[in-house]
Amino acid sequence: MKCVTVDFDKCTGLGICESLAPDFFEVNDDGELLVLKEEISDDELQEVEEAVNGCPTEALKIVSL
Amino acid sequence: MSDPRRLVVVGASLAGLRAVEAARKTGFDGEIVLIGAEEHLPYDRPPLSKAFLGAADESGELAEVPFFRTEETLRDELGVDVRLGSPATALDTVARRVTVGGDQIAYDALVIATGAHARLLPGTEGLDGVYPLRTLDDSLAVRDKLEAGARTVVIGAGFIGSELASTARKRGLEATIIEALPTPLVRATGHEMGAAIAALHELNGTSLRCGVGVASIEGDGKVERVVLVDGTSIEADLVVVGIGVIPSVGWLEGSGLTIDRDIGGIVCDENLWTGVPGVYAAGDVASWVNPTLGERQRMENWTAAAEQGAAAARNALDPENAKPYGTVPYFWSDWYDVRIQFVGSPEADEVVLVDGDPGAGSRWVALYRRGDRLIGALAVNGQAEIMKYRVQIMKGGSWDDALAFAEKRRIAHEEKLAAV
Repeated sequence: MKCVTVDFDKCTGLGICESLAPDFFEVNDDGELLVLKEEISDDELQEVEEAVNGCPTEALKIVSL
Repeated sequence: MSDPRRLVVVGASLAGLRAVEAARKTGFDGEIVLIGAEEHLPYDRPPLSKAFLGAADESGELAEVPFFRTEETLRDELGVDVRLGSPATALDTVARRVTVGGDQIAYDALVIATGAHARLLPGTEGLDGVYPLRTLDDSLAVRDKLEAGARTVVIGAGFIGSELASTARKRGLEATIIEALPTPLVRATGHEMGAAIAALHELNGTSLRCGVGVASIEGDGKVERVVLVDGTSIEADLVVVGIGVIPSVGWLEGSGLTIDRDIGGIVCDENLWTGVPGVYAAGDVASWVNPTLGERQRMENWTAAAEQGAAAARNALDPENAKPYGTVPYFWSDWYDVRIQFVGSPEADEVVLVDGDPGAGSRWVALYRRGDRLIGALAVNGQAEIMKYRVQIMKGGSWDDALAFAEKRRIAHEEKLAAV
């Protein structure tokens, strides 16, 4: 099973991940990133990979559990 | 031609780095050569005008240089032949060779990611304390002056100059911005919003002078003052020139690649292909047709550099299965603890404020209409809003739907504030 993780020390809430994978990420009014779900199905993998690659602070990772 | 065996990437910044990483990720096991004009390993630019310039933290440490990868990672893990410190000076697309110093480097596939260099003010070359803000070396020099308490004058009220002025203020230093145009940021955000964002400067104690040119920058060996065309003289120990960048294409003269005379950069199709076999371009140096917005564009932002670098490498290595690169452009800027975010295009028929009030404070959202479509969105401290519009623009969402959505969000935000 694959999951997405966020390094909140790096994340600054730029939100690119939200635009690429809105089912997984949302930035709140305070500019903080909320993770809406962690588990990634096979059909969702590509969009989450794009979000990982699109993060300017390299805060996102996909891990296999 | 048979499968490419050697990928050469010219330009060792974000787009170049992402090109080599994407090449390995697709399973390419041939040779990769990465050529960088600067001595430095690839580093991240956005922090160089933001956090990197900040004052030392509680333990007395200044921010570390934001290198992306170690040399070991590049050489050993990614198997890249990294050649730094000498720029590419010529491209022969017939013999498929790049000239770097005295070397001729042959390629099967080539990604050009030479970026852009800062526009300078002529006549200031020998003056200490006058810098552009583009490279790590520029940023280190500027930081030294800020550390010494420099009275700061910024030429150009664009995003880079504004971030620098904001940093100087945060350090408690005097900062003045000189802008030749009557309104700043018009090209990036349109007229009304440019003026509204620029007002943040005065609110935060930075003096902003618009519609006045610089007559001279004076000093004996080091900068002492900036004189404006109206005769005003401003004392300065640091002058940062932020008047835009020029795509780095000079080395391509005679290569046969087509240079875009309107927006600059190398003319590419929607696959980032230059039209010359094996040669692709990415990042600030690429003018390409963005299929998402249906326009020819050249981006100068982080997201496009990262994504185009990867896309150009994938297409260069497998041209028969090349895929178009489309995006809703995105950039951000941080000033005075305010985050400014823009998605889409500012070239609009109408701009409507849908939440907040630029006059009242530091949070607002504006939408940009082109025809009956939503084409752009600006959020100032509206981090929860902006990406929802990026998704709508990506899907070709209508203006009416965007306005209705914005109204729902505005009411929800108000209710939330009332409940606190």
